[in-house]
Amino acid sequence: MSTKNGQQRDGQVERGTFAVKAGLAQMLKGGVIMDVVTADQARIAEEAGACAVMALERVPADIRQDGGVARMSDPRLIKEIMEAVTIPVMAKVRIGHFVEAQILEALGVDYIDESEVLTPADESHHINKHSFTIPFVCGCRNLGEALRRIAEGAAMIRTKGEAGTGDVVEAVRHARNVNGAIRRINRMDADELFTYAKDIQAPYELVKETAELNRLPVVNFAAGGVATPADAALMMQLGVDGVFVGSGIFKSDDPAKRAHAIVQAVTHFNDPHILAEVSENLGAPMVGINVTDLSEDEKLAERGW
Amino acid sequence: MSEARFGVLALQGAFREHIAMLQRLNVEAAEVRLAKELDDLDGLIIPGGESTSMGLVAERWGLVEPLRRWVHGGRPTWGTCAGMILLAEQATGQKLGGQALIGGLDVTVNRNYFGRQVDSFEADLDVPALGDTPFHAVFIRAPAITAVAENVETLATVASLGHEAEPVIAAVRKGPILATAFHPELTDDLRWHRYFVQIVNEFRSCSP
Repeated sequence: MSTKNGQQRDGQVERGTFAVKAGLAQMLKGGVIMDVVTADQARIAEEAGACAVMALERVPADIRQDGGVARMSDPRLIKEIMEAVTIPVMAKVRIGHFVEAQILEALGVDYIDESEVLTPADESHHINKHSFTIPFVCGCRNLGEALRRIAEGAAMIRTKGEAGTGDVVEAVRHARNVNGAIRRINRMDADELFTYAKDIQAPYELVKETAELNRLPVVNFAAGGVATPADAALMMQLGVDGVFVGSGIFKSDDPAKRAHAIVQAVTHFNDPHILAEVSENLGAPMVGINVTDLSEDEKLAERGW
Repeated sequence: MSEARFGVLALQGAFREHIAMLQRLNVEAAEVRLAKELDDLDGLIIPGGESTSMGLVAERWGLVEPLRRWVHGGRPTWGTCAGMILLAEQATGQKLGGQALIGGLDVTVNRNYFGRQVDSFEADLDVPALGDTPFHAVFIRAPAITAVAENVETLATVASLGHEAEPVIAAVRKGPILATAFHPELTDDLRWHRYFVQIVNEFRSCSP
């Protein structure tokens, strides 16, 4: 067996190729990835139709409230969640903390989220994600940030939004930033693309590929503040491929019912009658925090470079 | 005869990729989310994704029974990965409590046979039905077929990667039903889509 850049050749088969990494994200499209902190919650998520779960010790709303340093979860907890469900299991590492990522790869999680929700471990460098067999998802606020993460090897992108608030405004801002920029570069000529790539600090080749495809070269989910079926459908209509829901489910009154409803809303995002039906009688959503009430250093989305 | 009408089940997963592949063959395909959208179709693709998610969304809007009637009525259907799991009469390695299957294909499928994402792989497969050139297949948390009835034709096998001495079955056909454990829609090779279009056209010309 030989290993090069996280790719392994073993007899007739190749593992850890970019097609395989990005391919799993393609299979998650049109689905909901739910934050869970216990094996029981993971089972509730699976029964509600989640296409994957994110295993973590505290949901972002609690990380926000508790303060202190937020780190990778206890491997025991992640293993319990992996044993409880058959759907893919993701877990978070701190930005730049490649050893936490090595540990998650050794555990065999299906996707690693290099996440601004945890306390960054490196204030200049993200993880070189090419060197792993396991794929990574990373957050972004705009096209430049998305393409920098893809250049580092991310096989899936999500908007950062503002995690743990239940306020969808930042997720909307970031999705509009990314998709609006893609619409603009799709109409640029070659001369303009060079300058644009420089301006957004993204590799020219990825800017050019994105302009030609008229979408990101990898799957893009919404995250950070989705709390209702309508929020999820809003993000889908803004052009994302699927939705992460963090605190929004298990900080609400009736998590199983709300989780079900959000899954239905992501499939039927263009059908207002179905959206009306699934939005009915869900109990109280998470209380939430208005993003405008947060000071700049309370905003998690500012983390990442 | 008018053009055949194709649908791709669009509850969750990689349905857009299948539609794009069919478009490259100049075949239009509709997204299917509700039972009424099955009406007037000639062929249906059930894409890759999470079979549990698709099953639960299908159940919520009464789509499981119409899909069963569709497949058991002998209508051309192709399942890739999760779609293959849903078409199997029996599946092992399911979530607690099991999951809704459509059935129609007399095989036993082992869900996530090859393991987790770290075990996902690409490999060249010999597929005589598609000609001499091997097909470069992408397997993602893939299932495998561990048992088939006599009337099911094996189209391709793949190394079991240490699970068994013999290769395992990765693609089968039973009349109008086609199933692949891998994802032709993630490649540039149109041969599987062309093969399915042929199946649909054959069944249209011999049905009243």
